[in-house]
Amino acid sequence: MNKFLMSGNFIIGEAAIRAGCRFYAGYPITPQNELTEYMAEHMRRAEGGVFLQSESEVAAINMIAGASAAGARVMTSSSSPGISLKQEGISSMAACELPGVIVNIMRGGPGLGNIRPSQGDYFQATRGGGHGDYRTMVFAPATCQELADLTMDAFDYADKYRTPVMILADGMMGQMMEPVIFKKPKPRQYPEKFMLRGAGDGKSKFIRGLLLDPIDSEEHNWKLARKYEVIVENETRHEEHLCDDADLAIVAYGTAARIAKGAIKRLQDSGMKVGLFRPITLWPFPEMKLRALSEKVKRFLVFEMSTGQMLDDVRLALQGYAQIDFHGRPGGAVPTPAELANVVARVYSKKAQTVY
Amino acid sequence: MVKIVSQRPKSLKDKIFHYCPGCGHSIVHRIMCEVIDEMDIRGITIGVPPAGCAVLAYNYFDVDMIEAPHGRGPAMASGIKRALPDRIVFSYQGDGDLAAIGIAESFHAANRGENITVIFINNAVYGMTGGQMAPTTMLNQRTTTSPDGRKQSLDGYPVKVSEIFSQLPGTTYIERCMVNSPAGVNKTKKAIRKAFQCQRDGLGFSLVEILSPCPTNWKMNTIDSCKWIDDVMSNVFPPGVFKDDIKARATEAAV
Ligand SMILES: Cc1ncc(C[n+]2csc(CCOP(=O)(O)OP(=O)(O)O)c2C)c(N)n1
Ligand code: SF4
Repeated sequence: MNKFLMSGNFIIGEAAIRAGCRFYAGYPITPQNELTEYMAEHMRRAEGGVFLQSESEVAAINMIAGASAAGARVMTSSSSPGISLKQEGISSMAACELPGVIVNIMRGGPGLGNIRPSQGDYFQATRGGGHGDYRTMVFAPATCQELADLTMDAFDYADKYRTPVMILADGMMGQMMEPVIFKKPKPRQYPEKFMLRGAGDGKSKFIRGLLLDPIDSEEHNWKLARKYEVIVENETRHEEHLCDDADLAIVAYGTAARIAKGAIKRLQDSGMKVGLFRPITLWPFPEMKLRALSEKVKRFLVFEMSTGQMLDDVRLALQGYAQIDFHGRPGGAVPTPAELANVVARVYSKKAQTVY
Repeated sequence: MVKIVSQRPKSLKDKIFHYCPGCGHSIVHRIMCEVIDEMDIRGITIGVPPAGCAVLAYNYFDVDMIEAPHGRGPAMASGIKRALPDRIVFSYQGDGDLAAIGIAESFHAANRGENITVIFINNAVYGMTGGQMAPTTMLNQRTTTSPDGRKQSLDGYPVKVSEIFSQLPGTTYIERCMVNSPAGVNKTKKAIRKAFQCQRDGLGFSLVEILSPCPTNWKMNTIDSCKWIDDVMSNVFPPGVFKDDIKARATEAAV
């Protein structure tokens, strides 16, 4: 298989097109512009491919919702403030059970924040983000190879569960270059009965999110909830790195996990047994896997490029079974592996325990 | 022999409208379905109803439909049409939907010259939410959020969508009609047919603005509502064809 050396944003675009994405709409925002530009250049060359530069993120999400209903494989991408604008549309896609992939290349926030890498959108991504009782699957790649693989997988999951799926990365992942191999995409399996293509001679169909009758609406909510339960049951993914004999495990995802690996190398070199637990799906969070690890490892340090959001999920998973510490750098500040190693070393050797 | 002079259009489901008596929505639904039947396009038509009184339009139109979030119909319709260029795609919108919250989506779909049709119900108020001021509310018109009448110094002026959109080079056909009289209804039907035909011929963006009674929120009876359209509304929103580039586009397309 051919290896390609490409930057993260380009990889997502290429992986999407290879996965059969034929409709992309987006609005410029740093640090994900290269992805929109890649789609502009390559999507229209793919057979039946549509690229639309929308007038806003609000329009983009509704454009992909329309194209998704019409049966196309669809994607939009943006960065934090733009993702906020898409939330009504994401909620609507979840309600209408429309598949689609949404890429968030996170930047510093809140507000306009800055264009530096950050992980401040964890809550927004994993708690549904928009209004109402729904969840979106969230993948957090940490290497360029994973950007390629998970982008392709995201389309399959979106179809399988008829739901919007999010790729949550940050400016660092978007800009980084690493060699990748694009795997062979699976053929699409999405029944025509879910598509709106005109009734022909048959019965007409409709897709709606408004359910005025509270009992109908409750039933629909429970139906979605049952689907989310299946996802939680079957689709968590994570990586454990050097956890087998670890005294302490860092819990980190995406770019933070890469920094953690650098820190762990330093710590291991100075004789400290530190491992990494890396959630790859943020929703569903690999809760049971983390709890299982707490039978072996009793100290955890959550490291995020935020003031502590995944920390909540780690607390829920560990529920007092282990000691949890936290280190965070919000607002676009990116710590070095050396900085993190120092923090971990202090916690590692500390007697006093902070149990969250 | 019995001669049928009038019957329910095939594309109109056999359901009782939930609209208030005298409401323009039901009239427009019916004539749209007549056009869909006459053009024999039921099987290839996909409609996008709005958040607004017409949110349940899928209960009446027997064509494929997907409801859009408030104001986003033209973005959704653009997505559908680009994915399925040979279908007839329309967005059905109220004045709050089109000219307030969704003005960006409408304006830019028009400006891109999307080959879709927008049916625009101008009833000078937000109907569904209980008669608040819309971008199209007349000066001095009382609504629940302009209790002393709309004041230009506070609320600005009624937005003239047809006039404004006809300035956009991307648009092909724009007409404003009224459904407050049999003649007006016939004229509106012709305009809708022309708009759909424009789309079918691949000639670009068409919009039919329809001055439409909302007796409930105007707090008038049906007859006075129809009169009010003649006496007041149509002075601010004069009916007429604001843009008709159909011939020019057809010639362009032929060349
Ligand atoms: C984001 C959002 N904001 C507000 C609403 C509430 N809402 C529903 S319909 C509507 C206005 C409808 O008025 P109009 O578009 O003029 O249509 P009409 O009901 O008069 O036909 C509003 C404000 C909503 N559904 N979504
Ligand atoms: S409130 Fe107005 S627009 Fe809505 S159904 Fe009643 S008359 Fe029609």
